[in-house]
Amino acid sequence: MTTATPAVLPARPHERLAWLLAGRDLVTMTRRSLLRMVRYPSLTVLIVAMPVVLLLVFVYVFGGAVGAGVVPGAVPGASGREAYLDYITPGILAMTGASIAQSTSISVAMDMSDGVVTRLRTMPVAPLAVLGGHVVAAVVQTLMAIAAVLGVAVLLGFRPDAGPAHWLLLLGFVALVALMLTWLSAAMGAAAPSVESASNTPMLLLLLPFLSSGFVPVETMPGPVRFFAEHQPFTPIIETLRGLLAGQAVDATTAGAAVAWCVGLGALGWLWARAAYRRPRV
Amino acid sequence: MSTSPVPAIEVTGLRKTYRDRAVLHGLDLTVPAGTVTALLGPNGAGKTTTVSILSTLLPADGGTARVLGHDVARDPQAVRRVIGVTGQLSAVDPLLTVTENLRLVADLFHLPRAHARRPTTELTDRFGLGDAARQPAQRLSGGMRRKLDLAMTLVGDPQVVFLDEPTTGLDPRARRDLWDQVRALVASGVTVLLTTQYLDEADQLADRVAVLHEGRLVAHDTPAGLKDAHAAGSLDDVFLALTAPAAPGTDTAPEARS
Ligand SMILES: Nc1ncnc2c1ncn2[C@@H]1O[C@H](COP(=O)(O)OP(=O)(O)O)[C@@H](O)[C@H]1O
Ligand SMILES: [Mg+2]
Repeated sequence: MTTATPAVLPARPHERLAWLLAGRDLVTMTRRSLLRMVRYPSLTVLIVAMPVVLLLVFVYVFGGAVGAGVVPGAVPGASGREAYLDYITPGILAMTGASIAQSTSISVAMDMSDGVVTRLRTMPVAPLAVLGGHVVAAVVQTLMAIAAVLGVAVLLGFRPDAGPAHWLLLLGFVALVALMLTWLSAAMGAAAPSVESASNTPMLLLLLPFLSSGFVPVETMPGPVRFFAEHQPFTPIIETLRGLLAGQAVDATTAGAAVAWCVGLGALGWLWARAAYRRPRV
Repeated sequence: MSTSPVPAIEVTGLRKTYRDRAVLHGLDLTVPAGTVTALLGPNGAGKTTTVSILSTLLPADGGTARVLGHDVARDPQAVRRVIGVTGQLSAVDPLLTVTENLRLVADLFHLPRAHARRPTTELTDRFGLGDAARQPAQRLSGGMRRKLDLAMTLVGDPQVVFLDEPTTGLDPRARRDLWDQVRALVASGVTVLLTTQYLDEADQLADRVAVLHEGRLVAHDTPAGLKDAHAAGSLDDVFLALTAPAAPGTDTAPEARS
């Protein structure tokens, strides 16, 4: 006779299982966040529309004149427009990541003030899985949005020169940038006292690309602004994107600075998010 | 106390202050396993605060709280494995369907998929949610949402269940349904601590009634015992006598206030 062993896991998981179970919780919570994005798509659509509109305005309104000043050899008019499209596409892609950060912050804040998360906090869920689910889903969302915006740029005439290796590096780099932006914005959302402030704090992330090399070269900026632009995260990030899209070797200092900013700010966001999630709220 | 088995809930000298507002000062409460205790008290008495501390949402400022022997401050994860909480606010995901909400909880309790299906369909049937299974929770009526809320609380097979004003805002029929669910729960051996504003609810459901006033218990007895002790016909009279705003004449009023 065989003794039937119950297939249900013991109430107190073995320590070695803890990591496995935390991974499973993360998958569960990611699935939930993705489902919520699908069920409530208007925010995502709005968020992707914003950088596309920006791209159109910058290229078709300002591009003809600005392109000539920004890109050597371009002359005002059609050639300036074309040159400017090439120049700002990396900045617009970074902008797309930043605007998704805003929606992440809003949805995390909404979720935290909702009853469901309160329920999750009374359950034996791996503590970081709740915000981690938001983060992983938002990284997926960012990659898809950046691909979509890049597609629009290509339709407008943008021609990346990246080879297969560059595309692979680009994918990895964009995922890293997205991870950093998303942990920061998840933290902003979790720490925000209200949904309104959760939508305001990430404005900072949206403003930074304008004060970077994304729209005009830093050399054209006045001293203090230029100093700021040269020492903020978006300039090396955008320059790395620019180099990879153009299929060129990226300057090691620039790429290193970009990666260092991403790892540093990402870790900061992670620690901040963890503290904000643990803070009691009733 | 004799050498009885571990009480489901054991609270001693619990204190909690929000900034300058002392809500609990020295709460003692024991709930034997397998019983229903109703925690009564006027608005702002600290019922939700007590439930929040017991369900590991909020740290206490002093005293101890144990659930089935697990200290809520020292081993919150152990407590979380044995409790189910239906809070005062709706705790369902409005964008997920009834089934998805139940499955979310089942997944987080690490029930294997094949096993998860059984409790979720069983609970869907038990709470009459079958017809609404594919509806997003935000489209449910208040009563149905409360049922889903309670069903989610039960997915993990909790041994101790906290219900914070579970029937507030429900119509009379939905209230009766919920009472039946609570009775069925207790019949299966689960311990319930419920807070309520409705004294008839306490009278109907509870083995013991604990009245919270000015930060501590001013009474803890069976409904009948309370009525006898206060020579009152209904729990309403007992409640009003015990929780009068300034009651220096009542011998059960707290002697000292900090
Ligand atoms: N987060 C908080 N910050 C400050 N005061 C609070 C907080 N939560 C509750 N209170 C106050 O503590 C008291 C008890 O609240 P609560 O436990 O919700 O009472 P009940 O559930 O019995 O109505 C109330 O006066 C309430 O205003
Ligand atoms: Mg309350």
